[in-house]
Amino acid sequence: MLELSGAKILIESLLKEKVEVVFGLPGGQALPIFDAIYGSTLNFILTRHEQAASHMADGYSRSTGKPGVFIVTSGPGATNIVTGLGTAYMDSVPIVAITGQVATSVIGQDAFQEVDTIGITRPVTKHNFLVKDVKDLAKTIKESFYIATTGRPGPVLIDIPIDVQRAVHEFVYPKEVEIRSYKPNNSGHPVQVKKAVDIINNSERPVLYVGTGVVISNAESEIFEVSKKADIPVTNTLLSIGVYPCDSDLSLGMLGMHGTFCANKAVQAADVIIAIGARFDDRCTCKVCDFAKTAKIIHIDIDPTAISKVVDVDIPVVGDAKTVLKEMSVLIEKKERKNWSKLINKWKTEQPLSYDRNDNNLHPQYVIEKISELTKGEAIIVTEVGQHQMWSAQYYKAKRPRLFLSSGGLGTMGFGYPAAIGAKFGNPDKEVIVIAGDGSFQMNMQEMAVAVLNDVSVKVVILNNQYLGNVRQWQEMFYGKRYSHSCLAKRKKCPQWCNTPDRNRCPVYVPDFVKWAESYGTLGIRVTDKKDVIPAIKKMIETKNSVVVDVWIEKEENVFPMVPTGSSLDDVITRISG
Amino acid sequence: MRHMVSVLVENKFGVLARISTLFAARGFNIDSLTVSETEDSAISRMIIVVKGDCSILEQVTKQLNKLVDVIKVNDFNGAGCIERGVALIKINVTRSSRTEIIKLVGVFRARVIDISQDSMIVEITGDEDKINAFMKVVMPYGIKETCRTGFVALGGGHLAGTK
Ligand SMILES: Cc1ncc(C[n+]2csc(CCOP(=O)(O)OP(=O)(O)O)c2C)c(N)n1
Ligand SMILES: [Mg+2]
Repeated sequence: MLELSGAKILIESLLKEKVEVVFGLPGGQALPIFDAIYGSTLNFILTRHEQAASHMADGYSRSTGKPGVFIVTSGPGATNIVTGLGTAYMDSVPIVAITGQVATSVIGQDAFQEVDTIGITRPVTKHNFLVKDVKDLAKTIKESFYIATTGRPGPVLIDIPIDVQRAVHEFVYPKEVEIRSYKPNNSGHPVQVKKAVDIINNSERPVLYVGTGVVISNAESEIFEVSKKADIPVTNTLLSIGVYPCDSDLSLGMLGMHGTFCANKAVQAADVIIAIGARFDDRCTCKVCDFAKTAKIIHIDIDPTAISKVVDVDIPVVGDAKTVLKEMSVLIEKKERKNWSKLINKWKTEQPLSYDRNDNNLHPQYVIEKISELTKGEAIIVTEVGQHQMWSAQYYKAKRPRLFLSSGGLGTMGFGYPAAIGAKFGNPDKEVIVIAGDGSFQMNMQEMAVAVLNDVSVKVVILNNQYLGNVRQWQEMFYGKRYSHSCLAKRKKCPQWCNTPDRNRCPVYVPDFVKWAESYGTLGIRVTDKKDVIPAIKKMIETKNSVVVDVWIEKEENVFPMVPTGSSLDDVITRISG
Repeated sequence: MRHMVSVLVENKFGVLARISTLFAARGFNIDSLTVSETEDSAISRMIIVVKGDCSILEQVTKQLNKLVDVIKVNDFNGAGCIERGVALIKINVTRSSRTEIIKLVGVFRARVIDISQDSMIVEITGDEDKINAFMKVVMPYGIKETCRTGFVALGGGHLAGTK
């Protein structure tokens, strides 16, 4: 009989789950766990902030499809991971989070570094557990991995009091999981599948609207097959970039607020929308009551609560995207839809994505286009949140799913850099590039220590506009150009009212990202001229170690097209008039 | 619209908090709630009575179903179910009103369980309508205090209407 401490049971269980890497940071109430890690074969990566640990686990998971794992201490360690859990929860990322907790005997006494972790994290986890007895630990870990990775995936947290970490018990890792109250349903109901297919077969202007669920269930080839067979154009969301080949005639690009003209037009003109693993997020639907008014809506999703949550659905099919698509593709008729294709092509050529390609200004879109060309769309791109995120989504041509990682649902600034480090741990042979805003990067750039000390090479391209650019754009468009607290260069001596940025007159920007990179012993490159963009990107790709490229882009460049909040997908703005 | 939601859950700590959070996050006030062990001590049944928009409630019901500790959810709204609640009502009495009140208690098949110089406590069992109706008729005598339980309920399709 193998008797182990709770801490050792945890480590052994993680090894049984074939966990390749665990991120985190120690503290008092997790010391037995960290003692058990010492000398074990578990690959543990010490981060500089617990939030970053949670995003690293997330980036690892999004890029590999495997669950991400992190371990932090109680109290402040636990509160620091809330953003990471929320980010993963919104985007359905499987994570198993471990937190230390004060001893069971003092829970509820406001002990040092005690917080109600279970209470705080309940709304941002798929499920959470407080383990009060060491005999339940192995089973709880097994169940956590199962819950995190099945059905609609999500983060699961296990809170382990320090006395449970120390207590000793026989270690048997369960082989099977049986949770009577949790039974995700994978295959679609045959009657519903049949109904959906009948509608599709009889439609003239169908659109496939594919979301993260398709990435999660690895259904890209099934989507491709169905769309080709029945000649159905495909629009994607921010999180399903790369699922469908963007050079295909049937690819509409991203829909929604900053989506393509043609995707939004097609959705509005469609007679059937086939939503798969997508949740009708408001950034996609824009004004809900005007969304795809003429269309019947078929919704395929593994999560019954996603169905008819936002938009009334005509044919719901509860099931896994891949399984249901396979069931459907047999029944779907081969068909050509010449008129529909013609119309779509017209929209495509009428208003393609565009920016001023011919002037000599340094446009961010140009930088992304070049990164896309020079990496052939094969790199893992991780974005922060803001304008740069939208330009990346629009101009990076990812060749496959899981090559474009971004915080969609929560829109978490500070996600990108640590998530990229996590992605690199999961894909050591792949080029991993963060496209960052100068604001977002400053939220977690301390993690460069983790990249450098672990010889993990992550390239960072900062699209530096010296602004919280996304906020500035909204202020320019909807708040009379009153740039309230969106300028990152503003100093005490600046005039209170300033909406006339001029790099030559504005105060010196801090930090100097090049010197910052150099202080970690890595290469920093500054680009202030369009002609230096290509050489800098080439240099960055050639360099083996981490690189930071600080690109000083046009300060007031805006993201277009844009559907303002409260407008319908028909009301696309393509530039600021006047 | 009044909904009576029956939820079968794992009998574990923290489950009630998960469930009430779902209602609270949407601004639903829970009118009444009962929780008790079922014939299987590992399973509890909760009966939650709320008022609210049907479509929002449908969403909440689905989300209840999604909770890992929830085994089964039934919205008894409109469907045949038997419900029972208990109320204790302390009523002002005078010498002249006493017999009148006792008559009313008889009509409602309630019971007098305590009696003093100037008050009596009546126990009444029934569905919400019956308890409300009784409260209404004794209101003019003056109600000193009341205490009501939440409702217990079981689905019983063929008994619908006989209550
Ligand atoms: C943690 C967090 N705080 C605030 C916001 C609101 N917000 C969205 S985009 C943005 C500006 C981002 O600035 P930057 O990273 O420089 O990107 P840019 O828009 O300039 O490309 C802000 C403040 C957010 N998304 N996340
Ligand atoms: Mg910026």
